[in-house]
Amino acid sequence: MNKRNFSIVAHIDHGKSTLADRMIQHSGLVDAREFRDQLLDDMDIERERGITIKSNTVTLPHTTPDGQKFELNLIDTPGHVDFTYEVSRALAACEGVLLLVDASQGVEAQTLAHLYSALEHDLVIIPVINKVDLPAADVDMVKEQIERDLGLDPEDALLCSAKTGQGVDAIFSAIVKRIPPPKGDAKAPLAALVFDACYDPFRGTVVSFRVFNGALRNKQTIRFMANRTKHIVEEVGVFRLKRQPTSALQAGDVGYLIAGIKTVSDVSIGDTITLEEQPAEKPWPGFKEVKPVVFSSIYPIANDDYPGLVDALERYKLNDASLVYQKDSSVALGQGFRCGFLGLLHLEIVQERLEREFNQSIIMTMPSVVYRFKLKDGQDIEVDNPSHYPDPLQIATSLEPYIKATILIPERYMGAVMQLCLERRGENSSFSYPTPGRIQVHFDMPLAEVVFDFYDKLKSVTQGYGSFDYELIGYRPSDLVKLDILVNSEPVDALATMVHKERARMRAVQICDRLKEEIPRQMFKIAIQGAVGAAIIARSTISPFRKDVTAKCYGGDITRKRKLLEKQKKGKKRMKMVGNVQIPQSAFVSVLKTDKE
Amino acid sequence: MGDCFGLYVHVPFCKSKCPYCDFYSVVDCGQSAGYLDDLEIEMQLCPRYPGAFDSLYVGGGTPSVLASRVLVRLLDKLRARFFADTPAENIEISLEINPSDVDDRLLDALQEARVNRLSLGVQSFDNDVLSRLGRRHDGRGAITGIEAIRKAGFASLGLDLMYNLPGSKPDAWRRTLEMALSHAPEHLSCYALTISPHTRFGRMQLDGRLAKPREDQCADEYMLACRLCADFGYDHYEVSNFARNRHHRSRHNQKYWQRIPSLGLGPAAHSFDGRRRFWNPANLQIYRNRIRESRYPRSGIESIDSDQARIETVALGLRTSRGVALDLLKTMSGFSEKLAKKLTQEGLADVDGDLWRPTERGMLVADGIAKLFL
Repeated sequence: MNKRNFSIVAHIDHGKSTLADRMIQHSGLVDAREFRDQLLDDMDIERERGITIKSNTVTLPHTTPDGQKFELNLIDTPGHVDFTYEVSRALAACEGVLLLVDASQGVEAQTLAHLYSALEHDLVIIPVINKVDLPAADVDMVKEQIERDLGLDPEDALLCSAKTGQGVDAIFSAIVKRIPPPKGDAKAPLAALVFDACYDPFRGTVVSFRVFNGALRNKQTIRFMANRTKHIVEEVGVFRLKRQPTSALQAGDVGYLIAGIKTVSDVSIGDTITLEEQPAEKPWPGFKEVKPVVFSSIYPIANDDYPGLVDALERYKLNDASLVYQKDSSVALGQGFRCGFLGLLHLEIVQERLEREFNQSIIMTMPSVVYRFKLKDGQDIEVDNPSHYPDPLQIATSLEPYIKATILIPERYMGAVMQLCLERRGENSSFSYPTPGRIQVHFDMPLAEVVFDFYDKLKSVTQGYGSFDYELIGYRPSDLVKLDILVNSEPVDALATMVHKERARMRAVQICDRLKEEIPRQMFKIAIQGAVGAAIIARSTISPFRKDVTAKCYGGDITRKRKLLEKQKKGKKRMKMVGNVQIPQSAFVSVLKTDKE
Repeated sequence: MGDCFGLYVHVPFCKSKCPYCDFYSVVDCGQSAGYLDDLEIEMQLCPRYPGAFDSLYVGGGTPSVLASRVLVRLLDKLRARFFADTPAENIEISLEINPSDVDDRLLDALQEARVNRLSLGVQSFDNDVLSRLGRRHDGRGAITGIEAIRKAGFASLGLDLMYNLPGSKPDAWRRTLEMALSHAPEHLSCYALTISPHTRFGRMQLDGRLAKPREDQCADEYMLACRLCADFGYDHYEVSNFARNRHHRSRHNQKYWQRIPSLGLGPAAHSFDGRRRFWNPANLQIYRNRIRESRYPRSGIESIDSDQARIETVALGLRTSRGVALDLLKTMSGFSEKLAKKLTQEGLADVDGDLWRPTERGMLVADGIAKLFL
């Protein structure tokens, strides 16, 4: 059987999932009746947001006009910058990629990032211009960008409309013609690369992998080389739309295995599978341990929902190895969890899925990056939680993580983007003008500045035309302080943040103002203060209400009044008390929100 | 007063509908024909209360739109049915009366029917305010009414006044209060205008034709009423109610606030038997149809469990100068010594023996305080 292994990569919203669906439909794997848009994105939230969070793989049968039969393994990749590593492992399993570019949007920051990643893996790149049916499509412009921005031959670009199906057949032909068949030695010791893992409630973890050398059969004992764990294979198979067991997988194949592995956390993406009896000499290159870069605490809104949250996180974690968490507690919010995420989108996804699929009402605290401190006693510590902020007198140096940001914008937004990046402590800027009218901007920026609403801001100052990608580039010295928020002189631990000294006052003012808007007036005057150490750097006051009583309360009013109070009593469960002040959930949420324009 | 029950009779007729009022009434007074018969039937159908009644409150609507002989007959029937066991001098009989309906014949009839508290719907002495409130009388008419009632020799006169009117002249409320106090009424009710969405004012506010009341104005005018009434020695015993002395408090209304059972007759009337609250339909036609089929017209009922009873006791008690028993307050889940102390420090409440009493400022935020203790 002839095989090809490929991925589709694209900037967000350029139509990756739609093209995948159309290809599935064209391959005849599923008939039109069963066809559901974005088959590969099987989580509600993915379908709603139109982004792929968890990747799925599918084998597409294909017959060429001259009758040759092919199996094309489409390895789907998560479509967001937070999941760069997972994308890189998926690409490592391929020989080629379809680099999809929206005909009206053109090349964007993530298109570039994907290109570099594909080049790194030495993949055949097939540029595909999608959405050519749109009135706003400008194929010539996109071809020029493909040549200048991407350095690819625009003559190689295929035109298609994933929506209408136009050009999809040509994509199949190009995959077969241009992407080389997988190589590998079926006789060599087994070396297979894990590029995904998901959880099946009946079978445990289902591991997706690409075999580079050797072969794998049922009942063999495998070893995960990085994790140093052993398992007996219960089932191997390939991906149709559902899993299809086979007797063996060998060099060049893409498939799955089930081996009684309890959770996805027992498997590491990028790990190498080999056989216990005849192991590979060394693991397949490129493995790294993924570490969370953004931390936030999750608390149940009502304290008695804590057991529910414990259960929800455990179940959630079954299918998301990249989320890490441990117990945390707050004076204001009670018991909760400190969670680590791959990035801000990952955080948002976890939040949304916990609320939607697991019915949890939660409060999340201000996201934080991991800071490093050198203490005067010579210790080096890492801190991701403001409540563990060291005694300022003991700090010798503080360091914060930096990223290299790549921003691609139409030239007219240059000023606004420069200003935004400089505000966010961007430095070492460089520019290039790949195509006329477009600028590629690079900045070194603290990750902390990006974690907090940067992407929304960028979108807004560029009216949606700015695209953004980043990679971590290491730690740099910083000047950090811990910003406390006090409500009626009591610190609200859940609102504390670690910030750069220069940003502290602005941040404090912003939080005080937000809280003033969100905390309803109450019986007593409420003073909200932002403090660094003993110094108050911002304040706002909420005056108490003077009148809060109905004028009349006679026979007919009592039922109504009591019902209202009963409702308010229930509502109180969603309020957090700090001293005598009731703080609604919305107040905790509001401090995380982006600036209003 | 003991624990005798209260009786309320709703007279759901008005000559005109005031734009702020959300009590149930119909403007077609022609429909009042036969209403006495309806009430008589309801008196037969209504549940028996196991004990004596000692207060009767005839409210509305506008009870005074009924012909005086109808009112007299109504009061006679009620007395025979509910008050047979109560000595006549021990019965508090209150009736709401509109200043424009006051005439000597009506007053004589009410005297004869042993009505001993008249509650006069003055609202204001300011003609401008009165016309905006859609009242049928003017300031002069209110005074004439007061004088006629005084002359007729009623032992207790109560005046209903209204403040917190958007856009009223700064002095209007003070002058109305001073005028009211100059007549030394035994009782004074001062209601902050509250705009309900179902009223004409509600619709006007929605359209932007009526400004929203301002909290500061409301609180200032309330405090002004507190101050002036205190100067005249009045007993501020509930958020909106002042008595010239404790004996002139409304016995009937206090039953509501102390959760003493009461029975309500007529459309939209509410009843409480100590365990359950139930009510008649707020619709004259539905009420009538049921009555005429000899069915008790009850349209809703709810049982009050002990938690709900506690919430009611606290919420109602906080509206009154009597306050709430500390022991009970301490059983509320929102209670803490720290909170109670903070409220007293802020001048919103006082501890008096085993009672926790709101101050006048505290009464104005009684609902908010109740919420804190929930």
